[in-house]
Amino acid sequence: MRITLNNRPEEFSNDEMTVSEMLRIKKFTYKMRIVKINGKLIKRDEYDNAIIRNGDDVQMLYLMSGG
Amino acid sequence: MKFSEIKRHLAGYTVGIAGAGGLGSNCAVALARSGIGHLVIADHDIVDSSNLNRQYYFIDQVGMKKTEALKENIERINPETKVDIHNTVLSTENIPVIFRVCDVIVEAFDESGMKQMLAETVLSTWPERPLIIGSGLAGYGMTNKLKERILGRTLVVCGDEESETSDELPPMAPRVGIVANMQANAVIEILMKRKEHENNT
Repeated sequence: MRITLNNRPEEFSNDEMTVSEMLRIKKFTYKMRIVKINGKLIKRDEYDNAIIRNGDDVQMLYLMSGG
Repeated sequence: MKFSEIKRHLAGYTVGIAGAGGLGSNCAVALARSGIGHLVIADHDIVDSSNLNRQYYFIDQVGMKKTEALKENIERINPETKVDIHNTVLSTENIPVIFRVCDVIVEAFDESGMKQMLAETVLSTWPERPLIIGSGLAGYGMTNKLKERILGRTLVVCGDEESETSDELPPMAPRVGIVANMQANAVIEILMKRKEHENNT
């Protein structure tokens, strides 16, 4: 499948995957983030169930401590 | 456009500031100087001497509630900006109430878990309301790494999205101030676009 991840095309061998799976495959270990699929917010407790499909536009933003 | 005209337009808007630390205090002051009509500021903390390396407070305000100290400072800069303060810990329950009337919301917390809680609450309560997040501002130098990124139409993140505060990478006035002012700049840009939109319709 091909998706757009933060405005860049990305190829995955899966047909579809959950947000948690994508984070694992991409080795995104940092915990605090905001995820949107096609503009829709995916809350933290939905990462195991929210499905990313071919053609989806996934936006991710990292939340670092400090302020 | 003349500043008087910009100020007159900005006077009609309300901006919510979630947190009155390094990001929130500096961002609120920049918005008040620019003529924002109404600020809603929430924080539960008190001013500590260790905050003075980056937050918009004074040595004689140590021990005061941050919200009360910030309101006092803003009134001394621009008394035309109305300031509503909430001395409370923000939560998924009270965020939708406290920031209900705000046109734009600024995320200005220190801790990443709180940033996530606020962002998820705001984005799920009001999907179309602009939210300006600060993320990645620890340390010094690396000015060119600080950037603004816009996701969708209404979500803006200011910072390097990398550097996290630690004992070895403390938050300091210059980078915190830059990001706080980037957030204020993003707020003004969003609100001024509404003026262009009004003029075109």
